Amino acid sequence: MEKQQKFSPEKITNDLLPTKFGRRGTIWTMTLLAICAVGAFAYIQQLRKGLVVTNMGDYVSWGIYISNFVFFVAISLVGSLITAIFRLANVPWRTPLTRISEMIAVSAITFAALIIIVDMGRPERLFNLFLHGRIQSPIMWDVIVITTYFFLSLFLLYITLLPDIKILIEAKDKLGKPFSKLYRWLASFWKGTDQQEKMRDRSITILCIVIIPVAFCIHTVTSWLFATTYRPGWDSTNFGAYFVSGAFLVGAGAVVVAMYVFRKVYKLEHYITERHFEKMGKILVMLALLYLYFNVNEYLVPAFKMKKSEEEHLTGLFSGEFAPMFWFAIFIGMIIPILILVFPKGRKPNAMFVAGIMVVIGAWFKRYLIVTPTMLHPFLPKYDAPAKYSHYFPSWYEWAIAMGSLAGVLLIITFLARIFPVISIYKTITDHEEEQPF
Amino acid sequence: MDQKKSRREFLAAGLLTTAAVACNSKKSPFTPEDDIKPSGEKIKLLSVDGEVIEVDKAFLKPVPHMPPVSNSEARQGIPGKKFVMVIDLARCKNVKACQASCNHAHHIADAQNWIKVYPMKDAEHTANYWQPTTCMHCDEPPCVKVCPVDATFKRQDGIVLIDSDRCIGCRFCMAACPYSTRVFNWGDPNLPPDIADLHYNAETSVPQKKGTVGKCDFCADMTRMGMLPHCVSACPNGVFSFGDMVEDTVTNGAETFRFSDLIKDKSGYRLMEDLGTKPSVYYLPPVNRNFKFEDGLKKEEPAVKKS
Repeated sequence: MEKQQKFSPEKITNDLLPTKFGRRGTIWTMTLLAICAVGAFAYIQQLRKGLVVTNMGDYVSWGIYISNFVFFVAISLVGSLITAIFRLANVPWRTPLTRISEMIAVSAITFAALIIIVDMGRPERLFNLFLHGRIQSPIMWDVIVITTYFFLSLFLLYITLLPDIKILIEAKDKLGKPFSKLYRWLASFWKGTDQQEKMRDRSITILCIVIIPVAFCIHTVTSWLFATTYRPGWDSTNFGAYFVSGAFLVGAGAVVVAMYVFRKVYKLEHYITERHFEKMGKILVMLALLYLYFNVNEYLVPAFKMKKSEEEHLTGLFSGEFAPMFWFAIFIGMIIPILILVFPKGRKPNAMFVAGIMVVIGAWFKRYLIVTPTMLHPFLPKYDAPAKYSHYFPSWYEWAIAMGSLAGVLLIITFLARIFPVISIYKTITDHEEEQPF
Repeated sequence: MDQKKSRREFLAAGLLTTAAVACNSKKSPFTPEDDIKPSGEKIKLLSVDGEVIEVDKAFLKPVPHMPPVSNSEARQGIPGKKFVMVIDLARCKNVKACQASCNHAHHIADAQNWIKVYPMKDAEHTANYWQPTTCMHCDEPPCVKVCPVDATFKRQDGIVLIDSDRCIGCRFCMAACPYSTRVFNWGDPNLPPDIADLHYNAETSVPQKKGTVGKCDFCADMTRMGMLPHCVSACPNGVFSFGDMVEDTVTNGAETFRFSDLIKDKSGYRLMEDLGTKPSVYYLPPVNRNFKFEDGLKKEEPAVKKS
């Protein structure tokens, strides 16, 4: 095992301070901005003409927007997994990963809230949720828990950032002007006194304890949007656990991908070490096995019975119209990553990056498969409706808006990483001083 | 006694107000309007006293149908009623006059079809039959349960309606409804301006609005006037019977039945009883049928609109 090198606080600060975009960073950001702009243009068209620009119909009345929503909610759960669960379990090697996962959580939950507004037929009536809200409706539960989770994630990111912002303010000479005003506005009150430190520590502990049940709630309630209906494929008592386990998997996959990219771009090899990949690899494989277990429950148990109402839906997935996507999601999203990650050689950064990408892409298609095929199999036959309602493939407006929202998540992460250190400087210095065995 | 008095006072006040308004407009309500000239063409009418009277055609003015009900009245429904529909599958031959009259009355596009007539076959060796479906107006409506803003609601008379001025277009109700009865206005409904400009009335469901959900409303405006829903009166074969469960009577316009006897004698049932939605629409099984199933196949082209 490699030994963790010990660095002086100056070197750590120097290594971890946010840096200006290089050429690659600029191209990356510009590309994301362009994709967002196309998405925004498509959305303005949709606002003018109505949801008729989508390919949704009276049967598939929820499409790619809702599957994207589920995907974002899922991925945002990682903030609570890495930060809160690891902190409460006192996992010593978590430091370089917490900030990254919190950034992913905040940006994903932001776009989860936005994409659900995109899906509304009358977005201008959003305030009706407050004027005439009915607490009996699972949508209201979702509104409440997602708002709560958004603020908890934001607070967690902010409070853990405070000592780092102090360091950023002190390093004004090196960082130059661009964000110094923002830093001072955010944390000029932070002096790092013992009392402040104590309060901060307590706040983080409280937030970590509170955020775990809320994180379970956001994805459980999101699963209930489906499970509270009668439809084959959704009418399942397994859904809450199935969704939460899938969410932890895709979130951990996203963290692995982000770890790899930040490590390369910011040259953090000494901080995000191979050991971290090794540890995350083990967690990822455990989560993938867990999700696979829930998938077996979700598909094989109904398939054993093949109730008439379920039959069309299940055969459509196993061998019909959706079979290629279904098996792609199972193999790329779970089985192949498991096969890569069970072997120590597979838990090296490059292999892990590939596995992480597979998990995330597989998870996106999985969400599509959860939403769409069920809607194509109503109880009464599809009849006497426009022929195009019998099939669903997203229109270019839907693709543009969905891709725009994905780019938006990456853009927020990029900006956060530009403004704030992706690894907590303060915590890294403390870890190195305390000679933690990592 | 007290009530009567206040009623009299109310009426008197109302009359005075009317008179005042009439005086203000400098027109007596009883003199013919200046700009109307007698046409000379007389029309015979039956007066309230039972006398036959003659009136010049030019003075005839259409009486406004009924004052439109307010939103809160439309949400409450009619006290002491529980509306119910019975659909006799033995009589249906897919004429689709129900659908045409419904689309016409509610100004909905042909593609939307609140009423559908499904060709059904329950099992491999069982017979084909035609099954018209409306909204089931469930007593445990899954759509109402999930609506986040109370835009779709259940009234005391059993009817489930939609407030298109409140609907946010989340389409959760469409996902929740097991009967596929709800449709969405994906684009602009393209109504003629005189319809589109009307104030939305939940009892007529007119005008449909972009980005909101629509569905069969049991013609709540007609039932308020004591009349039958459009589909019931349009059907030439008497498939649909409509009535009040409290009165225990349903009628298709030509025949009237005791609801409980009809359901008992003909083994009435409801769709997807196992889901526990408790629909208000009952079906009579397709036995001793008036028409062959194949007769309906000829009518597969869309029915001609009737005025």
